[in-house]
Amino acid sequence: MPFSDEALARLRADAADIIGRYPRARSALLPLLHLVQSEEGYVSDDGMAFCAEVLGITKTEVKGVSTFYTMYKDRPAGEYQLGVCTNTLCAIMGGDEIYAALAEHLGADPHGDAHHDVVSPDGKVGLERVECNAACDYAPVVMVNWEFFDNMTPDSARQLVDDLRAGSDVRPTRGPDRLCTWKQASRILAGFGDGQAAEGPSAGPASLVGLELAKEHGWTAPEPAGGTK
Amino acid sequence: MTDTLTPVLTAHWDEPDSFRLAGYERTGGYQGLRKALAMPPDDVIAAVKNSVLRGRGGAGFPTGVKWSFIPQGDGKPHYLTVNADESEPGTCKDVPLMMATPHTLIEGAIITCYAIRAGHAFIYIRGEVLHVVRRLQLAVAEAYEAGYLGKNILGSGFDLDIVVHAGAGAYICGEETALLTSLEGYRGLPRNRPPFPAVEGLYASPTVINNVESISSVPSIMSDGWDWFAELGTEKSKGFGIFSLSGHVTHPGQYEAPLGITLRELLDLAGGIRAGHRLKFWTPGGSSTPLLTDAHLDVPLDFESVAAAGSMLGTRALQIFDETTCVVRATLRWTEFYQHESCGKCTPCREGAYWLVRAIERIEQGKGTDEDLETILDVGDNIIGRAFCALGDAVPVPFSSAVKYFRDEIIQHQKEGGCPFDPAATTLWADR
Repeated sequence: MPFSDEALARLRADAADIIGRYPRARSALLPLLHLVQSEEGYVSDDGMAFCAEVLGITKTEVKGVSTFYTMYKDRPAGEYQLGVCTNTLCAIMGGDEIYAALAEHLGADPHGDAHHDVVSPDGKVGLERVECNAACDYAPVVMVNWEFFDNMTPDSARQLVDDLRAGSDVRPTRGPDRLCTWKQASRILAGFGDGQAAEGPSAGPASLVGLELAKEHGWTAPEPAGGTK
Repeated sequence: MTDTLTPVLTAHWDEPDSFRLAGYERTGGYQGLRKALAMPPDDVIAAVKNSVLRGRGGAGFPTGVKWSFIPQGDGKPHYLTVNADESEPGTCKDVPLMMATPHTLIEGAIITCYAIRAGHAFIYIRGEVLHVVRRLQLAVAEAYEAGYLGKNILGSGFDLDIVVHAGAGAYICGEETALLTSLEGYRGLPRNRPPFPAVEGLYASPTVINNVESISSVPSIMSDGWDWFAELGTEKSKGFGIFSLSGHVTHPGQYEAPLGITLRELLDLAGGIRAGHRLKFWTPGGSSTPLLTDAHLDVPLDFESVAAAGSMLGTRALQIFDETTCVVRATLRWTEFYQHESCGKCTPCREGAYWLVRAIERIEQGKGTDEDLETILDVGDNIIGRAFCALGDAVPVPFSSAVKYFRDEIIQHQKEGGCPFDPAATTLWADR
């Protein structure tokens, strides 16, 4: 559906802000695609046309880019988009079982090899497999709208889906106090913060194991020659 | 005698406000920048050269040397792009660093830009880590507010803008030339070299591309001295680094130590392999580095020693697998990853990855033939060195190294008509 005049005015103002960050306008395309995804939950034809218009390039050029990157969806994603890591380390630690459990829970094919295909009928929860998400010390990992849910099991993952569908409060393991929607997440990726950056811990427990051990043993880096810093 | 662990980058991750400017300044933050701004830029480059800091993103190229390749007085704008696209399977150090102490990276980026005379820096962070993106956005805003960014930084006359740029899901964008193409607003395809980015990088201008941990090591080199940094580590691999242990270990996590520590020492610190099991194979630095086994527990984890052992130090992403793990299952999954992430630009990588996956799948299902194994190795040999970029070179690595150490186990699949392992035995909850 074409954007309303109100939405267009808003998007144009945001687009001008994004383009202004870069020495050359074309560099703004990735954040602009995040921006249009934040409006509709996916990158639609109208979204692509908007990006093309503000950058003065063709819609085909925009499509060539948006289809290259897996975070841009070509159909509406779930309000809460789950990504189960099934790269080797997480898969072996249980990611394969978690994906199968969630697919079954959502009535999808647990062995289907779709990378980004399943959305629950109410549109609340989408499910996809993701590649390594840089949280291997918390394996198996599930992402929801790109927030970390660490050390998951099939049971905790099913519970997570039920909570999301019921609208209960859900808190990422290392993230803000409340989970934002897929559209809101896309807006942050376009460069517009939501004021939640200061929430949540500095680091999760696995990030701190080495530091805690060093403190326990009194291990430190050597003092610089000139004395203490 | 240096201590076993030497927290520098990780030293303040346990403080609740470590990611705020106030918390960072309280622990000595931005002192390195003040020192650097009082020096001529070339002296900053010399100090980083003298420290022998080598790139922490996997390749290990000396950071200061890279900076010195930037032509000066050429009249072109110079750029810094920080490679924060951490996506190499097993690698999980930059993400917690940017979550806990984003200002370390910002400070390092400012020093780097001052040294190479860049007025614009981009932090290209993968989009799939939302809270880390938030933390970087906040840190950049705080740095502007405090006068560490913008015009006339700390009265030095030096101007700098930093943009946090979120990627959109493509492993290839961790390859430095693909990152630049992506940052210019195109599909993330790698470019031919030469020209190298130092001469023609972003917008065909001189550009330095450094990994997050490399740049974050710069403030401490400035504040504590290059000689302090070079005192740590081994002869040719100086300094400290974050070692990321994951998988079948009792306490997976981040351990910051001088380069040259061994897996045996790290496993001791991490409480060993999970109870009742033993080490089978591991990656020293992500899925693109050939597998090693329990025969390599005492290899010093520095660039030279790991290379001499037939692998690569890579990103120090130590993925640990015990005897419950099927090496075919593990390496097939990585090969599928490369197939998924191949950008499609060059034939050896695009087609090679596709056909390797088909053949390894047959082996996993017990339908492989003797010929399959030879075909896989032959295809692998024909990808390496003929692909456009390092992603292609990595495609055959996991399975080829599995053949080197576990040929019998691979053949056993064929004999038994299927996988002899129980996948349920490998999980986090298997022994609960």
